[in-house]
Amino acid sequence: MSSQATTQPQPGRYLAYAWRSLLVSIWFAILTFPIIVIRANTITGTITWRWHNIGWIVGGTFVGSWIWRYFLERKRAGAEATMGPLRQRLAAARAVVTQAARRPAVARGGIAALLLLVVAFPFVGGMYQTNIMTTALLYVVLGLGLNIIIGLGGMLHIGYIAFYALGAYSYALLNLHFGLNFWLALPVGALVGGLFSLAIGIPVLRLRGDYLAIVTLAFAEITRLVLENWSSLTFGTAGIRNIPRPAIAGIRLTLPQTTTFVYFIMILMVVLTIFVVNRLENSRIGRQFVAMKEDFIACQAMGVNIARTKLAALGLGGMWAGLAGVVFAARTTFINPASFTVWESIIVLCTVVLGGMGSIPGVITGALVLILVPEYLRAFAQFRMLLFGAVLVTMMVFRPGGLIQKRRRAYTISAQEKQVAAEIGDPGIQG
Amino acid sequence: MVLDVRGLTMDFGGLRAVDQVDLQVNEGEIVALIGPNGAGKTTFFNCVTGMYVPTAGTVTIARPGTDARQITRMRPHLITAQGLARTFQNIRLFPEMTVLENVMIGRDCRLSAGILGAIMRNKKTVAEEKQVVLDSYAMLEIVGIGRWANETAKNLPYGAQRRLEIARALATEPFLLLLDEPAAGMNPQETRDLVALIRRLRTDHQLSIFLIEHDMSLVMTLSERIYVMDYGKLIAVGDPGEVRRDPSVIKAYLGEDVSA
Amino acid sequence: MNYFLGLFVSGLTRGSIYALLALGYTMVYGIIELINFAHGEIYMIGAFTALILASVLSIAGLDAISILVIASLVAMIYSAAYGFTMEKIAYKPVRNSQRLSALISAIGMSLFLQNYVRLAQTSNFLPFPTLIPRLGFLQQLTFQVTSAQFVIFVTTTVVMILLTLLIKFSRVGKSMRAASQDKTMAMLLGVNVNRVIALTFVIGSATAALGGVLISSFTGQINFYIGFMAGIKAFVAAVLGGIGSIPGAVLGSFVLGWTESFGAGYISSDYEDVFAFAILVLILIFKPSGLLGRPENKKV
Ligand SMILES: Nc1ncnc2c1ncn2[C@@H]1O[C@H](COP(=O)(O)OP(=O)(O)OP(=O)(O)O)[C@@H](O)[C@H]1O
Ligand SMILES: [Mg+2]
Repeated sequence: MSSQATTQPQPGRYLAYAWRSLLVSIWFAILTFPIIVIRANTITGTITWRWHNIGWIVGGTFVGSWIWRYFLERKRAGAEATMGPLRQRLAAARAVVTQAARRPAVARGGIAALLLLVVAFPFVGGMYQTNIMTTALLYVVLGLGLNIIIGLGGMLHIGYIAFYALGAYSYALLNLHFGLNFWLALPVGALVGGLFSLAIGIPVLRLRGDYLAIVTLAFAEITRLVLENWSSLTFGTAGIRNIPRPAIAGIRLTLPQTTTFVYFIMILMVVLTIFVVNRLENSRIGRQFVAMKEDFIACQAMGVNIARTKLAALGLGGMWAGLAGVVFAARTTFINPASFTVWESIIVLCTVVLGGMGSIPGVITGALVLILVPEYLRAFAQFRMLLFGAVLVTMMVFRPGGLIQKRRRAYTISAQEKQVAAEIGDPGIQG
Repeated sequence: MVLDVRGLTMDFGGLRAVDQVDLQVNEGEIVALIGPNGAGKTTFFNCVTGMYVPTAGTVTIARPGTDARQITRMRPHLITAQGLARTFQNIRLFPEMTVLENVMIGRDCRLSAGILGAIMRNKKTVAEEKQVVLDSYAMLEIVGIGRWANETAKNLPYGAQRRLEIARALATEPFLLLLDEPAAGMNPQETRDLVALIRRLRTDHQLSIFLIEHDMSLVMTLSERIYVMDYGKLIAVGDPGEVRRDPSVIKAYLGEDVSA
Repeated sequence: MNYFLGLFVSGLTRGSIYALLALGYTMVYGIIELINFAHGEIYMIGAFTALILASVLSIAGLDAISILVIASLVAMIYSAAYGFTMEKIAYKPVRNSQRLSALISAIGMSLFLQNYVRLAQTSNFLPFPTLIPRLGFLQQLTFQVTSAQFVIFVTTTVVMILLTLLIKFSRVGKSMRAASQDKTMAMLLGVNVNRVIALTFVIGSATAALGGVLISSFTGQINFYIGFMAGIKAFVAAVLGGIGSIPGAVLGSFVLGWTESFGAGYISSDYEDVFAFAILVLILIFKPSGLLGRPENKKV
């Protein structure tokens, strides 16, 4: 960070990158050749040669490698030291916005505008838009819930969707057999999600974090397999139909009305999630989560019960998936195991990682972007999962904190309190 | 006696890192544990604080004015709650948390707020949280880094990071403080300030102090009793004068400057 | 009895394939302590490369044996290249970050490679050509062993022996063991740690590809998704045997293979995968360091 002149990428260096990038693109052309160029169809016994694809690979990797190298170099040099003019202007803009947001009038205005937008959305957007937005909101809740486990607790969980499935099936089955209504199913779903999440945490409590990843994945697969094969209970792959939509006693709602109604239920749920997660974050338990994530050895040496903290994060995280699962079942009125594959868990993971692990606005942004963009850009819908994979890798390499990084909270200590504290300590020496 | 270790032994596979070590720390004492690299000092610390489960031996502690109790094989967080606190040889802060938050984690074992309290934010929780901030800040003032309270821990200068580790350990309200090479990487001025701080901790805060250190001048000026380890075994005990003259110690260090 | 023997042989076959994959997991984990989620994808890419090559070569009119040999070799080389590239892109840059970052990066890589093959090839199952010729002498056995099963078992055994020799006695093997014990120390002693890690990926990927080719000619079909489950299972096998230990990976693979094939044969084939995961959870609870692994003591 000391010598800016040498660490800052010089324009001349960019040309030097070109040569390396060329080599890289040739390497990739060879590497991807069989899979990208030749398509063998062993059913019809035909082979298609798609030479034009080579062009895409060479061009794409050439540019990609150049950009990759440039950013990698910058990251190495330290982001602050090489803050370019664009970044500086962005930082300045951000400062202006945060300054403005602190002013009560502006903040109140902002909240009012947001509220108006949220309330007006279903009436302006219509049923189709509202449905899409409701899906996105479901992912916001899932993302915020998973964020408790990954973003705050630092535990990689890749079976999160299993609790979503359990919530959904809890409602569907309890309704089918006992006529449990939607509103009562909500707490039941949350409880089921939370308890199962706790239960699978127990075997890996004493083990290092990586095992949690594999055990949660295993658990999610087991859940799905049981749902598929235990037909007498779950109706197997055929799924469960005609799950009642959310209703208010005595009032009959038309389909568009229910859609709007579910949208508002989701809005309330998102608000509740934000409220709870925010409070957790800024509390003793939230601090424990973050400390555990940062250094669990130091954390337990300082007197934190790691086992209990891990379980708390898992339980609190699992609840939201169960809760969201109930809404999911009520909204689609039909569920089957195919909705709950491992890849669904990975999508939720993606929303957390892209937005910013541990940051509430980050996760919300991540979920909205990752769910809404593919909905509106149908053309690239088939590339969705490919891009999600690329997003995960790229974010980890360049910006592990996500787009909107979490800032730690600053505490204010009054001058008088400082005085008291200083008298306890010795003002004679200052580190 | 605040700490009484008997026959402590720790094996790693075939390697005996600590071998039948007996060691005592009395109330209000500053005791040092020295020895060449790899002698097993840190491993000894880890066994006492519960980070490792020792192969054999017992660890007994007694908070001044209370009965002695065995803490062998207890889990680390419970040992900390009993009143033993430590720092680490290779600093282990929570790098992305603020300096104040680091200390607040140290307070954690003295708090009672639960999950419901966090969500409801009832009066008791709010009061407790406010108190934590003030107490933690006071710890920062004790070690002299109060002005950095809201700084991210990883951005602190090296010496201040070491001090922060001490503040964090103090926050757990220990009666015995275990410091693993607290002066490592410090310049002479910082080391002198550290010596003053450690003395002050003992007198003003009624702490007993047990430290590992390679800086011989610090060890000789600060400690009342010195234990010397080599290859996992205790090879000498005594006051600085005795240890300095002990031929086996001189041999163990073989050329290292013990005379300070 | 013949039913039992049949299950035994099919468990052995499965176990052999898991072993070829589990090796890569265990070697990589031993050195950089990373669960390489994308390892299964490398195996899948190996199988696809072989399929494509075999199709091209059979149109060119080569005989079966040459096709088998060339396709397997090229698949191994290609998978090794993929493994090498993957390490450079997704793992090397995050080697010094939090472990969580590396794991997420690995999941991303797995997702990417799967969809890369899905988009470039097909999302349907493709019949895989029978590359392994019929071996006459197997007909004389009283119980059923197919040529593919026989070849798989023999190949795995040979690869295991070669790898064990490589790691025990060669210079490269010694560097690998040094790097897995203490990277900084190894570096100080003049081991080029970056190269050792790259080499680990190359070797692990090549063995995975071999597994991919063999199992595909046994099952007779592939799609872009086959690597995922196989990869997870192989990881379970590696954990079962004691992650980081090469004999452990082999033992764990056979135990897993038999558990699955006997479980499916005597209990229910619907829950085949459940048996594998149940075993994983049991071992984690009762012997977290695995059958042959040493208990770890994280240095503080
Ligand atoms: N977790 C562990 N697993 C295996 N061996 C270990 C472990 N921890 C320490 N050791 C070994 O035990 C011996 C003693 O190490 P220890 O760290 O206690 O030495 P030390 O006296 O603190 O040395 P230094 O002055 O360098 O800090 C060393 O040989 C070390 O390699
Ligand atoms: Mg040490």
